[in-house]
Amino acid sequence: MAEPYVELKSVSKYFGSVVALKDVSFDVCPGEVHCLLGDNGAGKSTLIKTLSGVYTPDEGEIRVQGKPTRFASPADTRNSGIATVYQDLALVPLMSVARNFFLGREPMRKFGPISQFDADFANRTAYDEMSAMGIQLRDPEQPVGTLSGGERQCLAIARAVYFGAKVLILDEPTSALGVHQASVVLKLIVQSKARGIGVIFISHNVHHAYVVGDRFTLLKRGRSTGTYAKGEITRDQLLNLMAGGKELVDLEQELAKSARNGTAQG
Amino acid sequence: MVSEIRDERVRSVSRLSRLLSRPELGAAAGTVLVFVFFAITAGSSGLFSAKGIINFLEVSAQLGILAAPVALLMIAGEFDLSVGSMIGFAGILIAIPAVFWGWPIWLSLLFTFAVCGGIGALNGLAVVRTGLPSFIVTLGSLFMLRGLTLGLTRGISGRTQVSGVHELALHDPLNSLFSGQVFSGLIAGLADIGLIGKRADGLPSISGIPVSNVWWIVLTLACTWLLTRSRFGNWIFAAGGEANAARNLGVPVARTKITLFVMTALAAALFAAIQVLVTGSADTLRGTQKEFEAIIAVVIGGTLLTGGYGSAIGAMFGALIFGVVQMGIFYTGIDTDWFKLFMGAMMVIAVLFNSYVRNRAMRSR
Repeated sequence: MAEPYVELKSVSKYFGSVVALKDVSFDVCPGEVHCLLGDNGAGKSTLIKTLSGVYTPDEGEIRVQGKPTRFASPADTRNSGIATVYQDLALVPLMSVARNFFLGREPMRKFGPISQFDADFANRTAYDEMSAMGIQLRDPEQPVGTLSGGERQCLAIARAVYFGAKVLILDEPTSALGVHQASVVLKLIVQSKARGIGVIFISHNVHHAYVVGDRFTLLKRGRSTGTYAKGEITRDQLLNLMAGGKELVDLEQELAKSARNGTAQG
Repeated sequence: MVSEIRDERVRSVSRLSRLLSRPELGAAAGTVLVFVFFAITAGSSGLFSAKGIINFLEVSAQLGILAAPVALLMIAGEFDLSVGSMIGFAGILIAIPAVFWGWPIWLSLLFTFAVCGGIGALNGLAVVRTGLPSFIVTLGSLFMLRGLTLGLTRGISGRTQVSGVHELALHDPLNSLFSGQVFSGLIAGLADIGLIGKRADGLPSISGIPVSNVWWIVLTLACTWLLTRSRFGNWIFAAGGEANAARNLGVPVARTKITLFVMTALAAALFAAIQVLVTGSADTLRGTQKEFEAIIAVVIGGTLLTGGYGSAIGAMFGALIFGVVQMGIFYTGIDTDWFKLFMGAMMVIAVLFNSYVRNRAMRSR
């Protein structure tokens, strides 16, 4: 197997008396989709924030390309090629797609002593980068507010990739989307993978994760219940492993039983 | 390879439709309407004679000098209610050192710009650091500055007015920057060929265009360039549109806002410099309600009160409408008491129209 780009080794994180993460190991290789699954409160957010440099681990270490690393800040993490796409996507709805794409890193063009925003370059690049991810923009100057949910994800991902992300951390990218838009985002994940980017896909939707994932790590109450390659585990086993999976199966059987009883009586 | 199949929802957007979603549209249309209205009702009264035009341009130019930076600040999502009081304060800062302490005018002007810029930075810092709404913070500065102006002026001069600046400024190197006239030769030429009327003594009815108009145009163009063509402009839109997203992307939101508060304060100082050097005196009550007039001009100009969207060109149209209506009502002979009713109503209509245009912009493509 390829060498992991980023690696957490036996990481623990405590908040006072609360054990948020205990002895969790996690890694992602280039060109791989590693899904991080878990119910609410399982420690997914803490793990993401540890990976993206918001928290420093209390125990264990982080390695980037094999070298032990300490992230000083989220910006520091970004500079080492790990980009986090949060649920709010860091987009400004009233601004154009191109201006959002380059927000904070504006391309400038010199005209004698003055340098100004290179709108042509920004428009062209935003358009090209998004079509490389499979989304055809109508107009790079349209406000982000006019984009669909999937298109916004595409913008956020394309931007991170353009600015040198080797690993993308996607925080619940499909959770707020409808069926069609969610499939657009899943295609984006496959596209990123095809471009050699390691994707950490955080979700509590096993169906979405199973379609695109290469490996799956389950978190339960701050601990990892193990990492499985796709060949080693079926979708149903994965569902059962997740908190709530077993409850749902039980509920299903119970409902089926009462339905049978209902028809028998009727 | 990604196939080059175009989205079936693509349709070419006409230039007209693009134009219709610009923020300035309402103000430009409003300007035309107001001009037509007064051309009909006040056409013969002299409102559109050379003299009348200079009169309303004077009002518009002074307000427009404030409105351009206020527009940028409002696009960044903040208000500055202290600009009116800052005008009074700056006027006193120019006049007192010159009249009572014998400073040359240029020195007291530099001093005033420095002090006002500093107070603007304090306003900005207070807003950014405390996280309080700028409406409240600058409402505080509005009262504090007015009180400070009154207290200082009466303490030093014993009165609330300081006059006698004219004589001192006469030979000052900076005087003509603020109180002079431009294009006198052009005006004389136009009068000679009969395009501009002459007075009984044979001189043109106006001797030139007040330099405040130049400031107005230059500031509007500079602010427009900043907003649409500079990196700083991108930050302004982002700070007002979604400050958190901007911060996450490394945009210095706090620095952007503080810079804009300094700019509005400097614009107030410029307004005061023009007023003091043109009239030759400073008064503690100068600039009262200018903060609201500037906001009205900006809002009529298509800037959203919630930030993130707007234009400096629009603010220029807003200021132009303000001047034309104010002088137009005077020229038509309508009681000027009605002016404020008119402007207030106009602003409410503008706000309704703006939210319509904004919704259109968010939908139309």
